Amino acid sequence: MSETLLEIKGLSKSYPGVKANDNVSFTIQQGEIHALLGENGAGKSTLVKMIYGLVHPDEGDMVLHGKHYMPHKPSEARNLGVGMVFQHFSLFEALNVAENITLGMEHAPPRAELAVRIREVSNAYGLPLDPDRLIGDLSVGERQRVEIVRCLLQNPKLLIMDEPTSVLTPQEVDTLFLTLRKLSSEGVAILYISHKLDEIKTLCDHATVLRHGKVVDTCIPAEETARSMAEMMIGGELSMPTAREFTPGDTLLELNNLSLASLDPFGTSLTNVSLTLRAGEVMGVAGVAGNGQDELLLALSGERTTDSDMIKLKGVSLGGMGPTTRRALGLLAAPEERLGHAAAPDMSLTENAFLSARIRQKLEKSGFTLRNKRDDFTREIIEKFDVRTPGISNAARSLSGGNLQKFVIGREVLQQPTVLVVNQPTWGVDAAAAADIREALRTLAAEGAAVLVISQDLDELMEMSDTFAVLAEGRLSKPRSAVGLNVEEIGLMMGGNLEESANA
Amino acid sequence: MDFSTLNPVALIASLIMAATPILLAAIGELVVEKSGVLNLGVEGMMIIGAIAGFAISVETDSPWLGMLAAVLAGASLALIFGFLTQFLLSNQVATGLALTLFGLGLAALLGQSYSGMKPPSSLRLDIPVLSDLPIVGEMLFRHDFMVYFSLLIVVGVWFFLNRTRAGLVLRAVGENHNAAHSLGYNVVMIRMGAIAFGGACAGLGGAYVSLIRVPQWTEGMTAGAGWIALAIVVFASWKPWRVILGAYLFGGVTILQLNLQALGIGISAAYLSMTPYLITIIVMVIMSADRRRASLNAPASLGQIFHASH
Repeated sequence: MSETLLEIKGLSKSYPGVKANDNVSFTIQQGEIHALLGENGAGKSTLVKMIYGLVHPDEGDMVLHGKHYMPHKPSEARNLGVGMVFQHFSLFEALNVAENITLGMEHAPPRAELAVRIREVSNAYGLPLDPDRLIGDLSVGERQRVEIVRCLLQNPKLLIMDEPTSVLTPQEVDTLFLTLRKLSSEGVAILYISHKLDEIKTLCDHATVLRHGKVVDTCIPAEETARSMAEMMIGGELSMPTAREFTPGDTLLELNNLSLASLDPFGTSLTNVSLTLRAGEVMGVAGVAGNGQDELLLALSGERTTDSDMIKLKGVSLGGMGPTTRRALGLLAAPEERLGHAAAPDMSLTENAFLSARIRQKLEKSGFTLRNKRDDFTREIIEKFDVRTPGISNAARSLSGGNLQKFVIGREVLQQPTVLVVNQPTWGVDAAAAADIREALRTLAAEGAAVLVISQDLDELMEMSDTFAVLAEGRLSKPRSAVGLNVEEIGLMMGGNLEESANA
Repeated sequence: MDFSTLNPVALIASLIMAATPILLAAIGELVVEKSGVLNLGVEGMMIIGAIAGFAISVETDSPWLGMLAAVLAGASLALIFGFLTQFLLSNQVATGLALTLFGLGLAALLGQSYSGMKPPSSLRLDIPVLSDLPIVGEMLFRHDFMVYFSLLIVVGVWFFLNRTRAGLVLRAVGENHNAAHSLGYNVVMIRMGAIAFGGACAGLGGAYVSLIRVPQWTEGMTAGAGWIALAIVVFASWKPWRVILGAYLFGGVTILQLNLQALGIGISAAYLSMTPYLITIIVMVIMSADRRRASLNAPASLGQIFHASH
């Protein structure tokens, strides 16, 4: 299979102040799995959006099957055999599987026929789906199947996948890879974007590396190491966190049979979650998204209150207290959603710093803001956590995802919490910034605090946790030492197999 | 007190007349909200429809042209809202409120020379045979054309939303505008279409008040019907057939309190006039008591500003 499928010639695209893509050229062969590598903001998303017709290049040309190719909208791309599975799924929770699939097709067959074809295709590729179920009731892995089946029903020649595995359990990843290899053997080319270099190494035939919108390198992933590919991406040495001895101190946080009903109709209620977090400990909580992570964070931050004794900080029962009181006592939280939850998007960095650190940093006096103190604190965050922003009065929204995340984590860490709870601390953050954030959290624990990290990134958890537990369907497995744990075991625990882990 | 003067047949017939304008406005707003837009300007669009319909009917002596004018006037006012919220990305709540105030003011200005006039009557549609039936005939089949038309619109909207691809796309846009955009649907234009439809229905509802139900022009004559229509959309949990239920329930309470007043019941008329609104509030509270169910039905992108970002 050496026939060229898609040739990209000198694509460029500028946004105000940024050159997102600069003269990008490469080719994709029929039936190959081609990886696109790069840090956040390297221009990968813009590039695939141009191939899919969502964004129009300023310059350059593409050739598909020997013919000029320049889609003006996604429907044209789909007609010509280019499909895309999005990182943030383009699905509608209140609609059912068949309706969602219809919406993404150009020439959708009638309902009954479509239902039959969905079953056929989904079974043929090992991705079984029930056309009548509501998307809101499906797991994240099943939702991804819907996206993939939607593409497959249109007989694609090129399938673009943006970070497909970031939300899957290891077993689901294996299933996905089988499907992708089968597709590839049938001559479908796959353009694969991922931050997980080990996956790229096992799955992809070729890789193109982007940095600052330019193609800086190409390689054959099987011949490289994850480290060498990471260094191609960042264009320098990668600093790895060093291993640390863990000696547990006094008990800081205790959860006793914490139960909390979810308010979200598609959310998961917490059932009897118990754990003990000690000084110096970093506990990792793994689990597939939607298994109660959001609810756990809300219960700990104080946005939802529980029975008083369910949550104890240094022996003080504070389950019934709100976020302000908990912050004053030393229990701090940084939620997953950066814009709108962890930070107010249209408020400045100083205001966002003030809102969170008002009490602990004593940024107010008899109802008035201490402006200098507030500004100094904001500057401290920006300097210590290398937040790249033109100034302290810029709106939170104007920062890139990684920079805002560094700001959010820095803001909480610098308040010297007793216990810090973070949800997805490095979601969508590039390798270098993620390493910085992990290092900061571990340092915080080393200084005597306790950190609870909720994350779906197993590599991250295994790298930074001392103890480890899995949240599945709102229940938490018994925390165990992270030493000697392997990915297979965790995968089984994530599938809801809590008994095994409790005995382990 | 003599309840025997209450004629149930006449009661039902007037109930239907009281409910029709609200039904029209509510079904239009339902489509708008299904597309993810919250237009609080229903009252303004109704009153503009009322005066436009009245004025054109009087000038041309044709109630049909009046109705058409009301549709166009309601839709044009809605398109102003659409332009502000969809292209200039203004806040939907504030813009909708402003639209109501603007509509009320403009209608008062346009209507000054029309107060006290009588519009051409007509538009009755006695359904042959059925209207001759005893009791049922008088209750259900001797109404004006618009009553039947409003019910047809509801059926049409239900069919459109649940059975057609275009309706599915519209619901998808209201459910998750970013996903709809990334699949290549034109979120803004779909919403503009829904907004115009909502305005047209509200305008028609307004004209029904000024041309058929009352029929004359007085300033502020829609008297909060637009707000009730908004409440009924929530009451109906965005389901077309329940809009009929809500509108007729409200119409029923309105007519009942009028009749009770006429009977001279020993309760102040002010309290009786309050009842339809109080009932609406109570029903709304009951409906939204279960947060899980309420949020399950509401279009997930309702009221959010869509900004296409690449």
